Amino acid sequence: MSDNRISLRRQITNYFFTGLAASLSVVVVGALLAIFTYLVLKGAGSLSWSFLTQPPRPVGEPGGGVANGIVGSIIILLISSAIGVPVGIGAGVYLAEYGRGGFGNLVRFTADTLNGVPSIVIGLVAYGLVVLPQGHFSGFAAGVALAFMMVPTVARATEQMLLLVPQSVREAAFGLGIPQWRTTISITLASARAGIITGVMLAFARVAGETAPLLLTALGYQFWNLNPNQPMAALPLQIFTYAISPFDEWHRQAWAAALMLVVLIVGTTTLVRFVFLRRMLGGAR
Amino acid sequence: MGAVPGRRASVSASRASEEASSSDARQPMGTSESPNISLVTTPTKKVPAWFRSALNPDTGFRWLMTLSALAVLGAVGLIIAELLQRSSLAWHQFGIRFFFGSDWDPVSGAFGAWPFIYGTLVSSFVALVIAVPLAVAVAVFVTEMCPKPLRKPIAYATELLAAIPSVIYGLWAIFVLVPLLRNYVNPLLIKYLGWTGLFVGPDYGYSMFSAAVVIAIMIVPIISSISREVLAVVPQHQREAALALGATRWEMIRVAVLRNARAGIVGAVILGLGRALGETMAVTMVIGNNPQISKSLLAPGYSMAAVIANEFNEATGDLYRSALIEIGLALFIVTILVNILAGLMVWTVTRGTPARTNV
Repeated sequence: MSDNRISLRRQITNYFFTGLAASLSVVVVGALLAIFTYLVLKGAGSLSWSFLTQPPRPVGEPGGGVANGIVGSIIILLISSAIGVPVGIGAGVYLAEYGRGGFGNLVRFTADTLNGVPSIVIGLVAYGLVVLPQGHFSGFAAGVALAFMMVPTVARATEQMLLLVPQSVREAAFGLGIPQWRTTISITLASARAGIITGVMLAFARVAGETAPLLLTALGYQFWNLNPNQPMAALPLQIFTYAISPFDEWHRQAWAAALMLVVLIVGTTTLVRFVFLRRMLGGAR
Repeated sequence: MGAVPGRRASVSASRASEEASSSDARQPMGTSESPNISLVTTPTKKVPAWFRSALNPDTGFRWLMTLSALAVLGAVGLIIAELLQRSSLAWHQFGIRFFFGSDWDPVSGAFGAWPFIYGTLVSSFVALVIAVPLAVAVAVFVTEMCPKPLRKPIAYATELLAAIPSVIYGLWAIFVLVPLLRNYVNPLLIKYLGWTGLFVGPDYGYSMFSAAVVIAIMIVPIISSISREVLAVVPQHQREAALALGATRWEMIRVAVLRNARAGIVGAVILGLGRALGETMAVTMVIGNNPQISKSLLAPGYSMAAVIANEFNEATGDLYRSALIEIGLALFIVTILVNILAGLMVWTVTRGTPARTNV
């Protein structure tokens, strides 16, 4: 201790807090690993071909699957993407290319606000907007609810990615006499493509697991239904219903469905992170 | 969209008008006496300026994009209008008393939202108490302490926690967390912290405390990733200055890093609170769903989001439904205010720094 003149107490404090931060980080990462391991162990045992291809069987009968939920989720997500992605990209283009002033800031602020609205509240609103006027629950209502949640994410991601495109590229295009709309579509948006796809996929992954709004809109359904104008099954809804049910068979299926959903979402996120984003940021530098 | 044919038409029309105007504009530019050569074509007298600009495809494109931006405003406007309109029945019936009544008995027409508000506040607060130390520790560890090669994996792992859907946390909580708490953790809490009155009484497992633990796990990644962002913008020379004065690493972190990033970290925590307040599925699955107010955290409770998720579809009668929507409105207002506050606090720290790709 004599040579470095840092008192023992200070050194101990230093080591104590370093150790504390490290061990708490281990706890957090450990929790993630625990959840994943458990999910894989529980889910993998129940995954089977029939689980993926068959609708649910009546309670008590073994077998059956969540095929109708998978298809329902896909339909709902397609509807929400069809509404949310164009609007989101459009709003993002506005913010990046035109939105310097007060109105742009207002839109930015509102998008962040929309991002923070609890999903169950979005469900209530979609219920009032679509379910009540129509008089019945529907997959379409669920698509509208999820579109509400996709728009702000897509918009802000588009804006960020467009801002990464150097201003000189735009100026070069103007210098060639290309009108602004053409510049934006064919040059700015095109060079930010990878980043925008990233944003869209992240928004997609985020709403893919949403359950609360679906409760009030898609409602869930035990049988095949491909008509988005009718109540529809969805994977997250099935997980919820099965998880709170008292049947062991359904619990097993809930785990299998949860594994599928997580693989889908984490797969998307990881792909985006390591493929698209790297390419995008690498290209912009 | 229906605007496409219209835009086509405007393209060709404006080309025609541009040709007309450019031939007009060539006249002064050709004469060498005119010194003010401008790149901006001066509008012709024949066609009014507003008309020309309305036919320009740039204007059309700009309007289309502005329309999308307006849709964002419209969406929030719709949410507010919808919630206000559909909750007006309950508001007229009960007024402000709605939020303070503790009687929730739909059968006899008694609607008081206090048990749900209480449940939401208490579960979120306890979740913060658990999550904040963990999240800040992860953020500090990743940005300041941990060896470089470990940095990205840990950051990535915490962000994966954020990607897992709420319903899967709920599933995990029902089958893993609740039994774990009931068998191992809660007995210890009752034994050593029972004197506080917070951990007493029969332990069902499905309780306010279980809900708080799940919420905590769910908000750790949010708080830690924003805290990391905030810590990263603390200027490097602040750290170097502290180290040069002979500070140990922890002293450097405390004096130079945490003190500078304080407002941002508080903002991150508040942002986590915003998420915690609106958390629905996982809470619904473990909180016990019983509209009672109990001092003990081991007693079942209920939350605002959970009561909407559980009862809305079975709600009979307009008043019942309206009461639930009014709870939704209250939840909306509170989360919005909390998020705005948080955004302001994070902004005060990170403003002026380049936008990070938020992935």
